[in-house]
This record gives sequence, structure tokens and C-alpha cells, in this order.
Amino acid sequence: MASTETEAQSATGSGGATGAGESAATAAAGPAGAAPGGPSGDLAGLEAGLDALDAAVADRQPWLRTVATKAFPPLIAVVIVLGLWQLAYHFALKPHYLLPSPVDVGRSLQEKWLEGTLLSFVWTSVSRGALGFLASVAIGTALGLVVAQVKVVRAAIGPILSGLQSLPSVAWVPAAIIWFGLSDATIYAVVLLGAVPSIANGLVSGVDQISPLYLRAGRTLGATGLAGVRHVLLPAALPGYLAGLKQGWAFSWRSLMAAELIVNAPDLGTGLGQLLEQGRELQDMSWVLAAILLILIVGIGIELLIFAPMERHVLRSRGLLMKG
Amino acid sequence: MTTTTLTEQPAAADTGTAAPYAVRIDHVSKAFGRPGAQQHVLDDISIDVAPGEFVCLLGASGCGKSTLLNLVAGLDAPSAGGIETPGGRPALMFQEHALFPWLTAGRNIELALRLRGLPRAERRTEAERLLELVRLSGAYGKRVHELSGGMRQRVAMARALAQDSRLLLMDEPFAALDAITRDVLHDELTRIWRETGLSVLFVTHNVREAVRLAERVVLLSSRPGRIAHEWRVDIPQPRRIEDAAVADLSVEITEQLRGEIRRHGQH
Repeated sequence: MASTETEAQSATGSGGATGAGESAATAAAGPAGAAPGGPSGDLAGLEAGLDALDAAVADRQPWLRTVATKAFPPLIAVVIVLGLWQLAYHFALKPHYLLPSPVDVGRSLQEKWLEGTLLSFVWTSVSRGALGFLASVAIGTALGLVVAQVKVVRAAIGPILSGLQSLPSVAWVPAAIIWFGLSDATIYAVVLLGAVPSIANGLVSGVDQISPLYLRAGRTLGATGLAGVRHVLLPAALPGYLAGLKQGWAFSWRSLMAAELIVNAPDLGTGLGQLLEQGRELQDMSWVLAAILLILIVGIGIELLIFAPMERHVLRSRGLLMKG
Repeated sequence: MTTTTLTEQPAAADTGTAAPYAVRIDHVSKAFGRPGAQQHVLDDISIDVAPGEFVCLLGASGCGKSTLLNLVAGLDAPSAGGIETPGGRPALMFQEHALFPWLTAGRNIELALRLRGLPRAERRTEAERLLELVRLSGAYGKRVHELSGGMRQRVAMARALAQDSRLLLMDEPFAALDAITRDVLHDELTRIWRETGLSVLFVTHNVREAVRLAERVVLLSSRPGRIAHEWRVDIPQPRRIEDAAVADLSVEITEQLRGEIRRHGQH
């Protein structure tokens, strides 16, 4: 039962593109009209061809090459720095007690290692840092979520929260000492004040960057209220949130060192910051440099071992990571 | 010779179901902005979509067709009039696939199943079944970015079907695809519509697409959007977009659409 017999028919036949504005369809026009809808096998074959042509090809580099391209450049940079340091020592730019050689610093580390105390110093600091960081994550996440979702709260404390990020957390140390004395509480207070704003801000900017499309799609699927937060909002905000966590860890670690340097009491246990302070009191430059090195290594190590793989995994699984 | 234009509502196909329509849009108007300086986007729109019917809403840019779809989806509320969807919350497909990139294709579908309340044990099987329905059986574990544009829209269709709504709203879902892929997806949509017996309300600005797919084409005028004309499309399915009958009706509708657009240049 054909549907139309308008006077325009003959004039426009298969050249009907004048009106229809459908460019590609006319090219395929032909006798097919007589037998509409070819066998569905044809369609499946066409689809398979389209899918094969259009789908992204995922190839991963062999791990050996990855190691070669990723690990070598920083290694060479470290060797160059050590070389320059050794040269400076060799030509005695400063007296040796002010500028010890890399070997002296290594020996100082070895000494502590042989005493069996080195790992416990590192562990004291790392466990404090981790505990403080985890507490910051709990508080910062809740705070960030409230700031991101509740307009009044955002207007009230949003600017303060981002402003707090530029306040060096060492500035909190005197206040914390007055409140809590020379205690663990002081150290944790400083760590929290340093890390919570970063984490909360990371989450807020993560939420702000969510494409409105995902929120609409979530609502049409019935993800509202808590289900919406859990299934759409949080996963969609994850890249920004992870960036916030990474920065939060850096701030935790920094704040912890600042606190440990100043909050020095015999019953508190010796962390890396206290080790550094002891080196200064003894005027032992290689001890001081060894402590600085350890602080740096722990900071970089945690970033490389925990945060970098996490971030890579998230970005890669969303197709946001370009190889290059 | 049969007539193709028809302005009265179609007789509700009485299949014995409780409601004679899948959606009733009843004298709906929508205006944005504050009182006094309001912009009227939709003006007194009434459309019934019968159970199992495929209706295309056609109009130029800015005619408010997407706004109307948002109202039906419950994402926004009309300024006047009412919308009834007896089958509950309708499923909605967008021009962008809107799949969640943090989930695999299969998990995207399972999330819709979970939010609909399907027990965990049945989700995997149901997701596989839906993927098979859109001919993507192998795509369960694929990430969204690993799929082509056409495959993404097919997964999006499977996710929309996972909501198990009797009404499927589609907002120019194929507009961003190349012509061949779009043609393939037209066939798929027609097949799925006939297999499932869903009611479909499909928004597009593409006249041929509307005639290719719909049983009824509703033309909206722009600013404010009003129903300008309505056609019943009696060309038997499966149709091809290059069929002479499709082309002829497209020409007729395009003429009307041009007329509507021209009117706006005259003020």
C-alpha cells in the first residue's frame, strides 16, 4: 500500500535530496527499493565491518621498552647530580664539614642502618603520615561532598577552603602546640589542617568538572539521592578526586615534617623530622643531608608506588590517557 | 491512492490494556525566564502516543522538541498542562551515548538493571541478553572508549531497554553518526521496536529519518513550538531510506518544514 501520490513525485524522484537533506541515502538508491530490507545477515555483516573499521585498536608497549623509556632518564639525571656534587666536594667549594661528599652521606645512612634504627625512624614518620592522611581523606571527602552539593555551604566556606590551601601548614604549629602541648595530637592536628583542604578542594573541582550529560543520564536511569552520589557522582568525579588525594598526601607529608621538626619531645618517638633536627643540633651535616634524602625518597616513593599507578589505572580505563 | 496527511488523533488501538496511550501530552506549554520577560518555547502541545506506536517529532532547531522530550522524561516540569506516562518512568536516549566511561559496556547495562531493582543473580544474564538483542554479544567487557560510535549507541540502546520501560524516548540519537552507520541503526531500531512492541517517541530534525522510522510524523513549528501538521506514514516496514515512497513523503514534509522556517524570516 504505497502512501503518496503527490504532484511533486515525478520531479523529485530519487533526486529528492533537494528537500530531504539526507546526503548519503540517495547515493545508495537503486533497484533496492523493490525489495526493501535485505536479509538480516547482510545487516549483521555490514555492522561487523563497521565495528571492525571504527573500533579503537589497543596496543600496549612491551614492558621492557616502557622501563627503558620511563626509568632511564631520571636515573641519568640522578647520576649527573651526584657527579656534580662529588666535583664540588672534590674542589672543596665549601669546607668538608659544611659540604660532605655523597659517600659521607651514604656512610651516615649505613651507620644508622647498622644500628638498626633507620627503619624505625622511617616507619614512625610513615605511619604517622599514613594515619593522618587517612583521617584527612575521611574528613576531606565528607567536607568536599557537602561543599560541592550544597549551595549555601559552598558560598559560605568554599572560598575559605581554597584560601586555606595557600596557608603553609607550618603556620599552624605554634597554635597547635599551645592547644595540645608537645604531643601526637599536635602533629596530627597540623597534618589534618594541611591535607583536608586539598582533598576537599580536589573533590569539589572533580564534581564541578562532571559532564552534565552523565548527571542527566543518571537521573533518567533512576539514580537519584544517595544512589546518584554512589553510582554517578563519585565515580564521575574520581579523576579530580584522585588529583586532590595526591596533593593531599604531599601536603600531609610536608606538614608532618614541619611538625616533627618543631615538636620534639623524648617520649614522642623519633621520626625523620626529629632525626633532621638532631643532626642540626649535633652540627653533623652528613646526618642532616641523609635525613633530607630519606624524607624525599619516602615522599617520591609513595607517590610512585601508590598514587601514580592508581591515577594511571583510572585514566586508562576511561580512555583519557594518551600514549606518547 | 491513500491519503498520507491526517490531523486527527489516531484511534487508540484497543488492545485491551489499561491505558489507551503510552504517553499523553495534554495541552502542555513551557516558558523559560521570569514573568514579564518570558520566552515561550512550547505552546499548547497535545500528543498521544498509543501503546506500541512509533512517533517522530520533527522540527527545525529551536522548536523546543528536545525540551518537550525532557518534560516527558520528567527532567523538567511543564509551565502548563499535564503529561501522563502510565507505564512509569520512560527510558531516554541522547544524541551523545552518555554511557559511563568508568564502567564496561556490560556494567553500564547492569547498573540500569540494578537501579530498576533486578536481583544481582539475574543481572549478568539479562545484560548478555540485551547485548545480544543489539548484536553486540562480544562487547560485555569492553570499555566505552574501545567501541566505535555506532557500537556506543547500540550499547546505549541496550541500556535504555534495560530500564524495562514501555516507552522509549529518543533525542536525535543518530545525529552524530555517519550515514552508513545511521542507516544500519535505523534497521536495528525498527527491528527492535517490532520485536519488543515498545512505544517510541523519537525527536529529529532529519525528515527522511522521520519518514524512514515512524508510523506517525508530527511537525512542530518554532518559537513557540506548536503542532503544525501531522502525517500518518503507511509505507510498510521494513522500509529503506532510499525507497521512492519515503523520498516522496519526505519532499512533501520538507516543503511544509521550509514554510514554517520561512515564516520566521518575515518579522
